[in-house]
Amino acid sequence: MDASRVWKVSEQRESLVHARGLTKAYGAFEAVRGIDLDVRRGEAFGFLGPNGAGKSSTMRMIGAVSPVSGGTLRILGMDPATDGPAIRARLGVCPQDDTLDTELSVQENLTVYGRYFGLSRAECRARAAELLEFVALTDKAKVKVDELSGGMKRRLTIARSLVSKPDLLLLDEPTTGLDPQARHLLWDKLFRLKQAGVTLIITTHYMDEAEQLCDRLVVMDGGLIAAEGSPYELIRDYSTREVTELRFGPEVMSTDHDALAGKVEDLAQRIEVLPDRLLLYTDDGERAVAAVHERGLQPAAVLVRRSTLEDVFLRLTGRTLVD
Amino acid sequence: MSVVLENGRRQFDYWATVYKRTWKGSLVSSFLLPLLYLAAMGIGLGSFVDGTGTGALGGISYLQFIAPGLLAATALQIAVGESTYPVLGGIKWQKFYFSMIATPLRPADVMYGQLAFVAFRVLTTCAVFLLVIALFGGLATPWGLFGLPVALLVGMAASAPVCAVATRLDNDSGFAMIFRFGVIPAFLFSGAFFPVSQLPNWIEWLAYLSPLWHGVELSRDLSLGTVDPLAALGNLAYLAAWFVVGTWFAVRGLTRRLIS
Ligand SMILES: Nc1ncnc2c1ncn2[C@@H]1O[C@H](COP(=O)(O)OP(=O)(O)OP(=O)(O)O)[C@@H](O)[C@H]1O
Ligand SMILES: [Mg+2]
Repeated sequence: MDASRVWKVSEQRESLVHARGLTKAYGAFEAVRGIDLDVRRGEAFGFLGPNGAGKSSTMRMIGAVSPVSGGTLRILGMDPATDGPAIRARLGVCPQDDTLDTELSVQENLTVYGRYFGLSRAECRARAAELLEFVALTDKAKVKVDELSGGMKRRLTIARSLVSKPDLLLLDEPTTGLDPQARHLLWDKLFRLKQAGVTLIITTHYMDEAEQLCDRLVVMDGGLIAAEGSPYELIRDYSTREVTELRFGPEVMSTDHDALAGKVEDLAQRIEVLPDRLLLYTDDGERAVAAVHERGLQPAAVLVRRSTLEDVFLRLTGRTLVD
Repeated sequence: MSVVLENGRRQFDYWATVYKRTWKGSLVSSFLLPLLYLAAMGIGLGSFVDGTGTGALGGISYLQFIAPGLLAATALQIAVGESTYPVLGGIKWQKFYFSMIATPLRPADVMYGQLAFVAFRVLTTCAVFLLVIALFGGLATPWGLFGLPVALLVGMAASAPVCAVATRLDNDSGFAMIFRFGVIPAFLFSGAFFPVSQLPNWIEWLAYLSPLWHGVELSRDLSLGTVDPLAALGNLAYLAAWFVVGTWFAVRGLTRRLIS
């Protein structure tokens, strides 16, 4: 047996989610238009993308609750069309919209859910207590879900996705609606889960979250993958090391910005004109600032910062709202 | 089959919890209405009817005439109630069905679980009601106790098709139609209060189409000890058909609704 073949087999085994040319259509409308993915065991994989990009549609297909319209998809080495229950038995899912039973108590939502996976009652109770502690809802254990705040419901949904001790955790915008404390707590816990070998797939609109959590991510737009890589690679490939932001006083009309941009164009690799400021994408922000001053321009405020994923995101998907 | 049973077992705690939380609230709707009917029609109207001679009823009291039918009608009402708002709630409002199918459960398992819960509600409510009927002397013979399995079958024959409709609705306005044009006419013309042969021919035939009429017939024949085996088999088969066909459509409807 030759070496390349062995290598291929082991790679196949390590790929928990494997998609090629994956599409999803709702009637005539194609929400996912042919994407290739490989999520490897133990990694944290992120989906970024504007509203309607097709992130949740992809997540539901991976969750084996939404049939694939075209292409191939293997999850945990199985085919969702035929092995849906076996796949779902090993997944933890936090859907974008909470699907809690609002008539039941916080604790009951967890214990009842654990039973669907075939866990014993004792196991469910123990897991519920542990997870309520983790999402800081122990005080609310007996309260009806109806009475929780939005963020508390979100935390409960996250806790619920962990009841079955999944191998693969699918989190669709897990921290939307959470306060900063809760978000940081969750990142911490997700990091520990990852260390324990759980594979994570996350969608988010928070760039800091993606940067913190994801080893690798894709930016989706219009049902396609626009870019893929680690946060570092994406910033390297689609932005510059630094960004210089120049703000001019209110006496400078935003229409003058174009003229100003013309004067500094050559100082940056790329320049972006916004209504209230100019962005100079450059590897050395301070040098750009010095050059701007040398040319006699007097910005009211100057900020030099590192490029972030947000810059990458906006570059790839544009600043305008679609739909 | 064993998968279906196992997946049913896994939902037991959910439905037990739901029941623990709701049984008190459902007491009034479950028992008050049938008891009122029993008192008003069976005892009130009954004493009036019986006073004019019970010849037309074949020597039994009016209470004994209507009680078996009322039991079947109660089963229908409970079943329809449990198959409307709860089902649409699982799909649209609380969406708990969606949380169930994110686990090893399949949409069909979820539907079977829902139907099993309806069966439990029908059985328990009707058992209590039957006890009350017996205490009031509403059973002409002990055979009337077999009205309970008949009531269960009536309940399921109504629940499955109503679930099938509920899985295809966008909002709850359709339920008013089900009650107005389904449950209430079925109740009034079920033969529970008077033989449908008293009705104009075309209504009589409509009554024969209703599963409730078959349930009432069966239940009363059992209670009075006047069972004709062939007719009884026909009634049973007709009720079973509503249940089986209804279940098929309900599973299909729920699957389409949950999986998109
Ligand atoms: N069940 C459905 N039926 C019809 N169209 C759908 C359905 N679900 C999603 N869509 C459409 O598919 C497209 C992608 O939706 P999706 O929910 O996957 O986007 P998303 O990337 O998760 O967006 P968001 O960031 O807003 O959550 C949208 O145009 C949406 O309207
Ligand atoms: Mg989404």
